[in-house]
Amino acid sequence: METVKIKTEVNPKKTKLKISGAEAIIHCLLAEGVDLLYGYPGGAIMPVYDELYKFQDKLTHILTRHEQGATHAAQGYARVSGRVGVAMATSGPGATNLVTGLADAQIDSTPMVCITGQVTRHLLGSDAFQETDIIGISTPVTKWNYQITEASEIPEIMAKAFYIARSGRPGPVLVDITKNAQIDEFEFSYEKCTAVRSYNPEPKPSVPAIEAAAELINNAKKPLIVWGQGVILGKAEEELKALVEKSGVPAAWTIMGASALDSEHPLNVGMVGMHGNYAPNMLTNECDVLIAIGMRFDDRVTGSLDTYAKQAKVIHFEIDKAEINKNVHADVAVLGNSKDTLGLLLPMINENKHEAWHNEFKEYYKIEFEQVINNDIHPTKEGLTMGEVIERINVESEQKAVIVTDVGQHQMIGCRYAKFKQSKSNITSGGLGTMGFALPAAIGAKMGAMEREVVAIIGDGGYQMTIQELGVIFQHKVPVKIVVLNNDHLGMVRQWQELFFDRRYASTVMVNPDFVKIAEGYSIEAKRVSTREDLKIAIKEMIASKEPYFLEVKVEKEDNVFPMIPSGASVSEVRLK
Amino acid sequence: MEKEWFTISVYSENNVGLLNRISGIFLKRHINIESLNVSKSEIEGVSKFTIVVYTTEKWTRNIVGQIEKQIEVIKAFYHTDEETIYQESVLFKIASNLLFDERQIQNIIKDNNSQIVTVARDFFVIAKSGRRNEINEMYDQLKPFGIMQFVRTGRISVSKEEMPITALLNEFYQDK
Ligand SMILES: Cc1ncc(C[n+]2csc(CCOP(=O)(O)OP(=O)(O)O)c2C)c(N)n1
Ligand SMILES: [Mg+2]
Repeated sequence: METVKIKTEVNPKKTKLKISGAEAIIHCLLAEGVDLLYGYPGGAIMPVYDELYKFQDKLTHILTRHEQGATHAAQGYARVSGRVGVAMATSGPGATNLVTGLADAQIDSTPMVCITGQVTRHLLGSDAFQETDIIGISTPVTKWNYQITEASEIPEIMAKAFYIARSGRPGPVLVDITKNAQIDEFEFSYEKCTAVRSYNPEPKPSVPAIEAAAELINNAKKPLIVWGQGVILGKAEEELKALVEKSGVPAAWTIMGASALDSEHPLNVGMVGMHGNYAPNMLTNECDVLIAIGMRFDDRVTGSLDTYAKQAKVIHFEIDKAEINKNVHADVAVLGNSKDTLGLLLPMINENKHEAWHNEFKEYYKIEFEQVINNDIHPTKEGLTMGEVIERINVESEQKAVIVTDVGQHQMIGCRYAKFKQSKSNITSGGLGTMGFALPAAIGAKMGAMEREVVAIIGDGGYQMTIQELGVIFQHKVPVKIVVLNNDHLGMVRQWQELFFDRRYASTVMVNPDFVKIAEGYSIEAKRVSTREDLKIAIKEMIASKEPYFLEVKVEKEDNVFPMIPSGASVSEVRLK
Repeated sequence: MEKEWFTISVYSENNVGLLNRISGIFLKRHINIESLNVSKSEIEGVSKFTIVVYTTEKWTRNIVGQIEKQIEVIKAFYHTDEETIYQESVLFKIASNLLFDERQIQNIIKDNNSQIVTVARDFFVIAKSGRRNEINEMYDQLKPFGIMQFVRTGRISVSKEEMPITALLNEFYQDK
């Protein structure tokens, strides 16, 4: 007999019963607490859909209009709820359509399980109809994947899939199931997986490392915290807040870390990175201790590594050992779950205020406010800015909405100006920058947090990449609010062409359809505004509505997003215009 | 940083997809695998990959981190040549008449501590194990006489320091 390489929870009510693989998959999903999944049927997954039909009172399946939409919806659901998102597809094209969502979930550490049908076992390798090697294709973009070819493998593999997706640094898992494994019957019993022998998801915190970190922090004159999504994934928001307040250390966030600390907290000094705030970017190169928490020094955050925080001692709190010293050398590395490590750190931290250091942030903020922010959110020119739209949403939603952004200028403006009072409120495609993410992700976010207002901010370009998901909103009456910031351009690319390619606007002008009519075609209440007064009224109306709502805002066609660190430049080479 | 030879040792669960996952890590970084060997290890059910790369220590560390992160990988290490005992094996296939016509060949076989494993009517086969440079030298010596076929295995190596795999695995069962 094989040695046991996974640990499972012993289920006292374990009963043996002979069922088909397809039915077993449903029972596995139910046992993992899944009550909602997104997907699209087809030949190789039909036995499972047949069971979904029978179990529809326990398990809701949402038919997206494209498998990519299913993955992003599952991601949106996972990101607001902290639960594992589930997406399902058939073999061949169904499976390959999942790839973008898998890659997005992989780079943004989103827990997701994708289930794909596969041709029956004896046809594998024969170039059968709709056979693709989805295991081969998805390997670089999954945390783990596995092909099930026998029904009896289903419980153990499904348990492992959910465990791996959600534990440690979360990520996407793909389980490919041949059709024979769905049809064959076997004795089913399910035990949840609690450990895998070769996998160490959460390194145990080292007390000496935490002591070393505390000593650096306590002796620092100009410390700066930069936190990332690791704080949210580790559920360490309270610990972060306590650390910031006790130590008095100014704290900045990466785009994926947004909303972990109240936007208006006096020690929250804004976003770092390419379009981040002036103060934290400039002062990254002046701090004496840089405290990185649950972030991975992405190049969009660091700019040129040769000039990034060279003067500072770096402390890196991180769950994933492979991130330590990957891009930036850590003087002190603290491995472990951010909740545990920050919890251990807190009692060792001295109270401090760092007032003079704070004033340096305030000075830079003042400059940024005068030169950029004020013009963005309180413009005096005639045309509407993206910034003022976000500001109106802040006002009307009382900063309580989940803001889902797509990719481009509107994303950067959205993340710069949206205000949050609650964690898990900023859903965006950070690492992959996937246009088309927002509409389906907003659907998933709404379904994952029905009690919350969900507002999607999307560009006219990205909107048309997954616009068909309006069908889901229509069919299931998902009350998401959709705001398209229409500049009739692929704005972010146009901005780069203006700044770095001598205004050669290659393929960035968009001739757009009547978006209002399209929304109306799906029976979604829809408005278009192009004046300040109408904008105010429409956003009020949109937030007050209990139904899905579509709002197209005609914004300035050639506005740019600033501040900006040109790609490859130093974080202190910020352009304000 | 200087490029060097590194031997990466990976202990893993036996898994069909893992080789693909591991090779992808090299592919993504444009780092050539100079040699690869997969075999059973000293522990039942545990495989060992021995991978040789010629690159900087920074990249090697990065790659080892990414490899170790894979779910089925128990542990990955890297070592320099000085830190390991390593060998490769080769077979030379040479025309039989040379064995008798060219006395020099017999000296080469003897001087290189290699063995003749087969003599057939048309050809004979020499086997040699050793370090890469020893093998290269022998190759260069035989080349002028004409080599009909040549094949080299991946490097196999054991580290001089202890590798605590068994202890690591035992920890898993103790925690239960
Ligand atoms: C799938 C995909 N294709 C291409 C890009 C490159 N890209 C980044 S931003 C952008 C323009 C986005 O235009 P739009 O959606 O209108 O947003 P805007 O920048 O105008 O706000 C493009 C093409 C991308 N991020 N994703
Ligand atoms: Mg646009």
